[in-house]
Amino acid sequence: MNIQAVKVIYKYEMLRTWHTLFQSIASPVLSTALYFIVFGSAIGSRIQSVDGVTYGLFIVPGLMMLSILTQSVSNASFGIFFPKFTGTVYEVMSAPISFFEILLGYVGAAATKSLIIGTIILITASFFVELRIDHPIWMAMFLILTCVSFSLLGFIIGLWANNFEKLQVVPLLIITPLVFLGGTFYSVSMLPPVWQTVTLFNPVLYLVSGFRWSFFEVSDVNVGISLGVILLFLGICSGIVWWMFKTGYRLKQ
Amino acid sequence: MTTIISIANLCKTYEGGHQALKQVNLDIQEGEILALLGPNGAGKTTMISVICGLVSPTSGTVTVGGFDIIENYRQTRSQIGLVPQELTLAAFDRVWDTLCFSRGLFGKRPDNAYLEQLLKDLSLWDKRNNELRTLSGGMRRRVLIAKALSHQPKILFLDEPTAGVDVELRKDMWRIVNRLRDSGVTIILTTHYIEEAEQIADRVGVINHGELLLVDDKVNLMQELGRKQLIIELKEPINNIPESMASYALELSDDGHELIFTYDTQGKNTGITALLQSMHAAGISMKDLNTTQSSLQDIFVNLVQAQR
Ligand SMILES: Nc1ncnc2c1ncn2[C@@H]1O[C@H](COP(=O)(O)OP(=O)(O)OP(=O)(O)O)[C@@H](O)[C@H]1O
Ligand SMILES: [Mg+2]
Repeated sequence: MNIQAVKVIYKYEMLRTWHTLFQSIASPVLSTALYFIVFGSAIGSRIQSVDGVTYGLFIVPGLMMLSILTQSVSNASFGIFFPKFTGTVYEVMSAPISFFEILLGYVGAAATKSLIIGTIILITASFFVELRIDHPIWMAMFLILTCVSFSLLGFIIGLWANNFEKLQVVPLLIITPLVFLGGTFYSVSMLPPVWQTVTLFNPVLYLVSGFRWSFFEVSDVNVGISLGVILLFLGICSGIVWWMFKTGYRLKQ
Repeated sequence: MTTIISIANLCKTYEGGHQALKQVNLDIQEGEILALLGPNGAGKTTMISVICGLVSPTSGTVTVGGFDIIENYRQTRSQIGLVPQELTLAAFDRVWDTLCFSRGLFGKRPDNAYLEQLLKDLSLWDKRNNELRTLSGGMRRRVLIAKALSHQPKILFLDEPTAGVDVELRKDMWRIVNRLRDSGVTIILTTHYIEEAEQIADRVGVINHGELLLVDDKVNLMQELGRKQLIIELKEPINNIPESMASYALELSDDGHELIFTYDTQGKNTGITALLQSMHAAGISMKDLNTTQSSLQDIFVNLVQAQR
């Protein structure tokens, strides 16, 4: 195992975040605050509590997921896309390093960053609502699994994208709608029956639902199913990445 | 001499169907400087890329230090440093950081003293905190060399190290290359400049259209393939070559003052003695004698043209 290589890749990626530290922290804090002002206070005050939880509190898990998902994907995809784009990836490719170690470095760093952002959002939220976390260990587990699997997805997108447009389009056109329609701001039971069924095909629903359960024991689907879905998602992403490395997809001629 | 890199029947066909390497066989000796010559698109970079793990071979095998480059890639790659042809650097990284990164990638623990010396040797020490985008092209080239040497490789690939490099840096570079060779590093470089190969290499390989046309000791190469010319300056100009000397490969200079005799150094008999006797018999007296040897340049041009 080439520990040194994992270390430097991880450090490099974290340093990239460090250089844009203000932006990295300020933007989730700001957007969370705005969501709370708009949804939590302005609109939320007119919305009755959902499943016995005040609306302001109800949206906390969803808000965290929203940021974590988009940040994981954009971070991890950029982290590998950029060296590929500039050509500096030659160095990683010619180094005595396995695909697992490359992943550990890039995806590990992206997931760490998402984890930090999630925590920052949680802290910000605590200024607006009185937090309640019924199952902290489950919460942490969902959080970590989500950070890792969506960073993996981001990595796949970064490898696949051969121009900036593709790099931006997937998060914008796929991730964002999935997150918004995945019950981030509402309980699925609020939807008309037809849409309830359609929503069941959205993987993000299971994430948000499971995550919310760990907070308030309120969920749209069984928490076991949620866990199963996210593990399945993680497995699929790992499989794709493994195949990409094995075939040298977009990295090796 | 031990073989450090062994290339056997190496072929590479790119996705588009272009065959960039055709059955290349080459053994590179430990500690030598091998120059690969070849026109644009000959396959030099492809060959290097295969050895370094950047391009997958279509068929054939390559071993480095006895290890297979695919099965034992960790052992092979950790011995290799690569200076790529393109100036690929992350613009916002700092010199020192990028060096630490490279060293770590190749599995080496940090060693500040070594990296400091390396930067000093490459006259980059005072630029260590500069962002790479603020460096000139020549300095970036040095940074690439420093990166390649950051993990103390046993083998160094220099893919056209002197493209776009001024005389000063070129001298620096050869000084470094010589020092590395003295410390036992094997160096493989590609170049378009034949004088360079002539000056610095121990052996020269010529590639064209993906085929390795020849590899030989530079000295041998120049002796064996080099044709020599004997230039005979005459006391008195002549109008044409006498009938009795028609059988020799002779040329008469335009002004009739010089006879030029081309001969093969490989031949058992160069024919010089006989020629001089014939001249004497024909009553031509000479003022001076001169020989010239074809340079690597001529050899190269001949080879590449013969293949067309
Ligand atoms: N990624 C690629 N896909 C398809 N063809 C390629 C690729 N890279 C190189 N080639 C082709 O392979 C051949 C050999 O290219 P290579 O870069 O090895 O040449 P070279 O000897 O390094 O040339 P130069 O002196 O210009 O650097 C060329 O015809 C080139 O067009
Ligand atoms: Mg080249």
